[in-house]
Amino acid sequence: MGSTSTTRASAGESNLSMVSPVGRGGQLEVFEQRAPCASNGSVEKPVTMRDRTEVMGSSGGDDPAMPFAVNLLGVHKSFGTVHAVKGVDLAVRPGEVVAFLGPNGAGKTSTIDMILGLTRPSVGKVEVYGMGPRQAISRGLVSAVMQSGGLLKDFTVAETVAFTAKLFAMSRPVSEVLERAGISDIAGRRVGKCSGGEQQRLRFAMALLPDPELLILDEPTQGMDVEGRRDFWRSIRHDADRGRTIVFATHYLEEADAYADRIVLIRKGEIVADGTASEVKALASGRTVRATLPGMEEAAFRAVPGAEGVEVRGDTVLIHASDSDTVARYLLTSTAARDIEITARGLEEAFLALTGDGDNRADDRLDTPTGERR
Amino acid sequence: MTASPTSASERKNPQLGGFSVAVLGLEVRRLLRNRRTMLFTLIFPVFFFLVFGLNAAYANQRVGHGNVSAFIMISMALYGAVLATTSGGAMVSVERALGWSRQLRITPLSPAAYIAIKMLTALVLGFASVLVVYAAGLIVGKPSMPIYAWVTTGICVWIGSLLFAAFGLFVGYLLPSENVMQVIGFLLMLFSFGGGLFIPLSQFSSGLRTAAEFTPLYGLNQLVHYPLVGGVLHWTWVANLMVWLAVFVAGAIWLFRRDTARV
Ligand SMILES: Nc1ncnc2c1ncn2[C@@H]1O[C@H](COP(=O)(O)OP(=O)(O)OP(=O)(O)O)[C@@H](O)[C@H]1O
Ligand SMILES: [Mg+2]
Repeated sequence: MGSTSTTRASAGESNLSMVSPVGRGGQLEVFEQRAPCASNGSVEKPVTMRDRTEVMGSSGGDDPAMPFAVNLLGVHKSFGTVHAVKGVDLAVRPGEVVAFLGPNGAGKTSTIDMILGLTRPSVGKVEVYGMGPRQAISRGLVSAVMQSGGLLKDFTVAETVAFTAKLFAMSRPVSEVLERAGISDIAGRRVGKCSGGEQQRLRFAMALLPDPELLILDEPTQGMDVEGRRDFWRSIRHDADRGRTIVFATHYLEEADAYADRIVLIRKGEIVADGTASEVKALASGRTVRATLPGMEEAAFRAVPGAEGVEVRGDTVLIHASDSDTVARYLLTSTAARDIEITARGLEEAFLALTGDGDNRADDRLDTPTGERR
Repeated sequence: MTASPTSASERKNPQLGGFSVAVLGLEVRRLLRNRRTMLFTLIFPVFFFLVFGLNAAYANQRVGHGNVSAFIMISMALYGAVLATTSGGAMVSVERALGWSRQLRITPLSPAAYIAIKMLTALVLGFASVLVVYAAGLIVGKPSMPIYAWVTTGICVWIGSLLFAAFGLFVGYLLPSENVMQVIGFLLMLFSFGGGLFIPLSQFSSGLRTAAEFTPLYGLNQLVHYPLVGGVLHWTWVANLMVWLAVFVAGAIWLFRRDTARV
């Protein structure tokens, strides 16, 4: 947490625009200053979920008396022919702030719905604090801010919160959560007359009522203005520092980077990367070495020291690597490669590579602008 | 500002699955805020009573232990109560469309408590509907029947209207929210004619009359008038009521199950 605090602060102050989260100079600079130290040994290898589960086992955390806040075991979800979630294993420890980062349709909401017990997995198991989701919700251990809907137009803001408060065995005072969500001044307003951002704050207020152990946020800042976003995240960070576990879904790399301790990259229903922000960034960063080298098999390229991703296009090969020097040195000294070109892979491009459509990298469903590409 | 989150072991499930009088109160307040519901369930029945129930040509004619004006007052109270409970039950349609049911599923509120709240909210509105029609009757002074008949018919209308809370739930789960109120308005008008609430069934042709005896308001309408009219209590009235109650409750339960399974 401490090491990333500078980024957090700068991102917090910067304009969290919906249009171009990573295209801004400020953000890229921050990234480029930090990227080399990430690849220079402090992190040898990106940590993936598989590594984590092996270390931690699947039935409990470091302390067996303290169950995982969320534990997904081989979870699949299908809607008819749509396979929305394809075998997700994920364990969230109490106190973690985890971002689900992925493009539209990646399966973030589907996964969250299963954690909340709104849908049941087609295959696999979901545990929340060692119990079923419904149990956890009934005890007020978990609450959530949903992506859309969920409000009655003919209640006032205060009535909506008061109604929800009464459903819990114990809840924080209505005035307190209104205050924290910054909507005390519109308490008497009809929900139907509230703006999108105000409704989002109202959802947040409702989620605070049970003083939950785990707070789940599905694209929570959607529709909020810049100030709203900043206040919202300040409030969330404040909670996180007091030990609340937070899981949030977002499209924005910047939001995930700035506010999460751990980023889970989801693509087409699968976890493609999982680690701290800097680990994922290291995974997503690196350079591309391009060379002309006829007659070599893809498998042979994969054996090149330092190669992390290989793409063969006719006589040309593209090798992705965080340590591009090693790859280039090898290609020049041990093979007949020529026309070697090394380009830095932009953070945004790397993110697209990780979360995009495999063969079709130009993933237009993503919210990030498509920038310069090969 | 807040204390650290409450630890897991201290946390409890709410009593009665989240049901409470405070929650019921908020629901009723919200229902009363709906102008259309107010108009249909509180204003119309009184208006109909004043139009049909005071006509000098027949209002004072004797029926059983009272007069025609009292008979019509009971019919209009039933009409209002049925509209009230149906709209109360049908609130689920709008709540589903707005995602409120989904939101409630991430609270401790149990499905049984949710349905209980809907039913009781419908009953409160139904009670208000009976109350205003009977109050109008008392104020104009035209309806006449023994005091016990005022009380028993009123209670029968009120409790009997619960049948239509189940109907409202059934329709609410069945239909999309945009047209649920229109459909309900139309169906209830049809049922009211079939039940003999507006025109005595004796004025129907015999074929139409037989058909009318199978509609859902027929049995209930006969039964609620019984304390006033007296005479023979037909088992077919009770049978009509029971069969329709079973149909509506089964339909509501079936659709409710399907709804929670899908979302
Ligand atoms: N009820 C449903 N029936 C059919 N398909 C569904 C259903 N819910 C989700 N899907 C499909 O499952 C996939 C994953 O959807 P999901 O809503 O989980 O994505 P997401 O990551 O939350 O996307 P977004 O960023 O747009 O919110 C999508 O292809 C979606 O169309
Ligand atoms: Mg989503």
